[in-house]
Amino acid sequence: MRRRVFLVLLVLLVAPLAAQSPAAKLEVPFQQFKLANGLNVILHQDRSVPVATVNIWYHVGSANEKPGRTGFAHLFEHIMFEGSKNVKEGEFDTLLEGAGASNNASTANDRTNYYIDVPANALELALFLDSDRMGYLLDAMSPARVDGQRDVVKNERRQSYENRPYGMASLELDKMLWPAQHPYNWPVIGYMEDLTAASHADVVEFFKKYYAPANASLVIAGDIDHDRTRALVEKWFAGLPAGPPVPRVTAPAASLSAVKRATLTDKVALTRLHLGWLTPALYADGDAALDVASSVLSGGKNSRLYKRLVYDTQIAQDVYAIQQSAALGSSFLIVATARPGHSAAELQQAIDEEVDRLRREPPDAREVQRALNQIEASFYRRMERVNSKADQLNAYYFAGKPPDWFAEDLARYTSLTAAQVQSAIVRWLPADRRVELVVEPEPKR
Amino acid sequence: MNRLVVAFLAGGAVAACVAPACTRAPEAPAAADRSKPPALGAAPALTLPPIQRGALSNGLQVLLVESHEAPLVQVNLLIRAGSGDDPAGKFGVASLALAMLDEGAGARSALEIADAVEFLGADLSTTSSFDASAVRLNVPVARLTDALPLMADVALRPTFPQTELDRLRQERITALLQARDDAESVAPTAFARLLYGPSHRYGTDAMGTQATLKAMSTGDLRSFHAAMVQPANAVLVVTGDTTLDRMRPLLDQHFGGWKAGTAPARTPIAAAPQPAQGQIYIVDMPGAEQSQIRIGWVGVPRSTPDYVTLQVLNTVLGGPFTSRLNLNLRETHGYTYGANSRFTMRLAPGPFAAAAGVQTDKTSEALQEFFNELNAITKPVPADELGKAKNYVALGFPAEFETSQDLASRLEEMVIYRLPDDYFERYVANIQSVTPEAVQQAAATHIQPGRFAVVIVGDRKVIEPGIGALKLGPVRVLSVAEALGL
Repeated sequence: MRRRVFLVLLVLLVAPLAAQSPAAKLEVPFQQFKLANGLNVILHQDRSVPVATVNIWYHVGSANEKPGRTGFAHLFEHIMFEGSKNVKEGEFDTLLEGAGASNNASTANDRTNYYIDVPANALELALFLDSDRMGYLLDAMSPARVDGQRDVVKNERRQSYENRPYGMASLELDKMLWPAQHPYNWPVIGYMEDLTAASHADVVEFFKKYYAPANASLVIAGDIDHDRTRALVEKWFAGLPAGPPVPRVTAPAASLSAVKRATLTDKVALTRLHLGWLTPALYADGDAALDVASSVLSGGKNSRLYKRLVYDTQIAQDVYAIQQSAALGSSFLIVATARPGHSAAELQQAIDEEVDRLRREPPDAREVQRALNQIEASFYRRMERVNSKADQLNAYYFAGKPPDWFAEDLARYTSLTAAQVQSAIVRWLPADRRVELVVEPEPKR
Repeated sequence: MNRLVVAFLAGGAVAACVAPACTRAPEAPAAADRSKPPALGAAPALTLPPIQRGALSNGLQVLLVESHEAPLVQVNLLIRAGSGDDPAGKFGVASLALAMLDEGAGARSALEIADAVEFLGADLSTTSSFDASAVRLNVPVARLTDALPLMADVALRPTFPQTELDRLRQERITALLQARDDAESVAPTAFARLLYGPSHRYGTDAMGTQATLKAMSTGDLRSFHAAMVQPANAVLVVTGDTTLDRMRPLLDQHFGGWKAGTAPARTPIAAAPQPAQGQIYIVDMPGAEQSQIRIGWVGVPRSTPDYVTLQVLNTVLGGPFTSRLNLNLRETHGYTYGANSRFTMRLAPGPFAAAAGVQTDKTSEALQEFFNELNAITKPVPADELGKAKNYVALGFPAEFETSQDLASRLEEMVIYRLPDDYFERYVANIQSVTPEAVQQAAATHIQPGRFAVVIVGDRKVIEPGIGALKLGPVRVLSVAEALGL
């Protein structure tokens, strides 16, 4: 009986979006080639503004770290800005700023990305700098430079975790969610003692193992000429040695078999509750449905949890749900902060009732469509900036998809039914196999 | 109609190839000469689509810039009134009135508005700054006609329900309570309060205080809306995948019937007096792993004749990564994840502040380095450093026009600060013409470290002895509550 209802919903949900053909708006034409040394290159022309972006993903992240050296992939990312054989210390940023460019990088579990946004005339400068650090970083490296960035990264950790209200909770959550040997068990920022232990020898080993053309993908997007850009890429990158093959990190599938509970205290006024589950990997079956589930739970005033906890009963100051997708597996979090006078237990009971309601009955057609329409709009918004397009081209390539997988990615969502959202919640968000982490205010001294 | 053509003048650049005329046949890879960085070609000219102007039948002005890259339209109703217009005793009224606009409007309830907006995949925000307020709509172009009536209801026909006010009030009072736990939030709030005092508008956050929030009534919000949200006091800014011809009838339909009143007189905010002498405030957060530092005084208004010079000056001092403060405190000493400085320019002089979070056990060392740099900036800036800063600002300018939201922000800036039509056209040349003498003069006028207020939010027990030993000025110790005036 229930199944028949879902079939009707399916038609209702798919029809309006199919009629609008969003795919045509998400075309990102590209050229792709590989250099002999294995460097993957993707070019995308977009001449709306005279800027270009150079975006490199190295297929290494905190998941590649070895015990006792957590945080190293991120520390190494910092060191990549400290000069290379032909770029003196400080010159990387000085040259770019003098050309009107901006640049940054980020490290995640599975990858490290670097980008340089340049006025179109400064493209070759960016290629020179990126190729020099890809090929010749170690010629300029010294223990003193490692020490300098070690201090900076420790201060990054203090600022973003130790000294930030509730900052330590996310580190504790990963520790509780993932088994001890799983590469997502430790934080990308790393443990303080491991940052202390990182050495110049580690930098040498890490560079030789992971930082080479064969383990990287280069996207150049923006106001570029394909032929000239290709020639420039060959000029600066073709001479770099390929480097050893890097096997992708694997990990046995992780799951929780019971409820794991913990309580932290922090210098905060309000209690915060975190519920966490292990969920399907990025792009795996269930991943998109859980994105929609997070929207049904906490996207906007009418979402189930926001309306119940923040709008109606006002027992919470805020609530959010998120599917944190990653290559080896994802986690789904529901996080709520209690209003003064309300407890984590109260929050948990209300959340459990709402999630349980979704286990028993699928979300309404309108709730799902509302989420899908917002997701569709977010795909369009990403089309406006070459930097975001470039990063996404690399993200799709890295995941083994065609680089311009935008429309197909959106279709993962628009093809969903309310029943699929419901069954993802039933299967992946069970009440009896999860993490429950509470942060309570420290007792007043 | 106003066509913006901005020519970029790169210092010493070689005109090898001017985009977009540099299509060439594939060339054999040249051997890379790594002995020096490759020469830059001539910087590209940024040719922006024209700013199109129109007016609705009630006189409401429309500014529109087309951008067809993504199927999105941005429509902003900008109001020339903001938190800076909050009357004494009612600090927070602009912020709360704007936040209340989508909590009930026309025939719809708060939940109905949210549902309708989200169902369209739209983003509708209602916010105020010190200088202006805005209702901003970003929506896929296919759903524009459905979204505009909602936007018009929210902007023009809010109902200010008492129950929603009570809810938002409590949410804001709780947010103020939470902010007391966060050193990064306490530091700028305490800095502004200690610098401007409790009665100047800039001494209190836009949101107001617990006391002003408790006293706010729906009548206060209605009065603000009735007085300030007037066609004569507003401008519609439109960017994205549309045209003036397509927008005009739609805008007329939804905003043209809005009754024209008289623009309210705006009382200018008085410039706050500068501190007579340096003063150190330690705001005690026992056990803090870092000290959050803010150093500065009352800065300049957006209308300052030194605007362009100060953009260059601050780029040298505390703007991008290679600015002096960041290189010193982060790269040379490793005391922090990042240090910066900023002139917050509003209709009246906002604060100038240098800022960083530094590790607790290096607080006094970091303070000393801050003052070393603040003192050094008053001396002549070497030519290559100045050239780098000018190029950074001037050549990076095109990136500020990339998305429809970027374009709308630039247009809003023109409206709020009444910038001339050729402002963006001239900006790059103005930056490049800043002289070393002007920078030095501006530094002498606007950076006087001996009179700066210093706020340090950190673990007093550990940091106080070292700070006292620096003898930068008298030291006062405050609790978080005292620093925030609670």
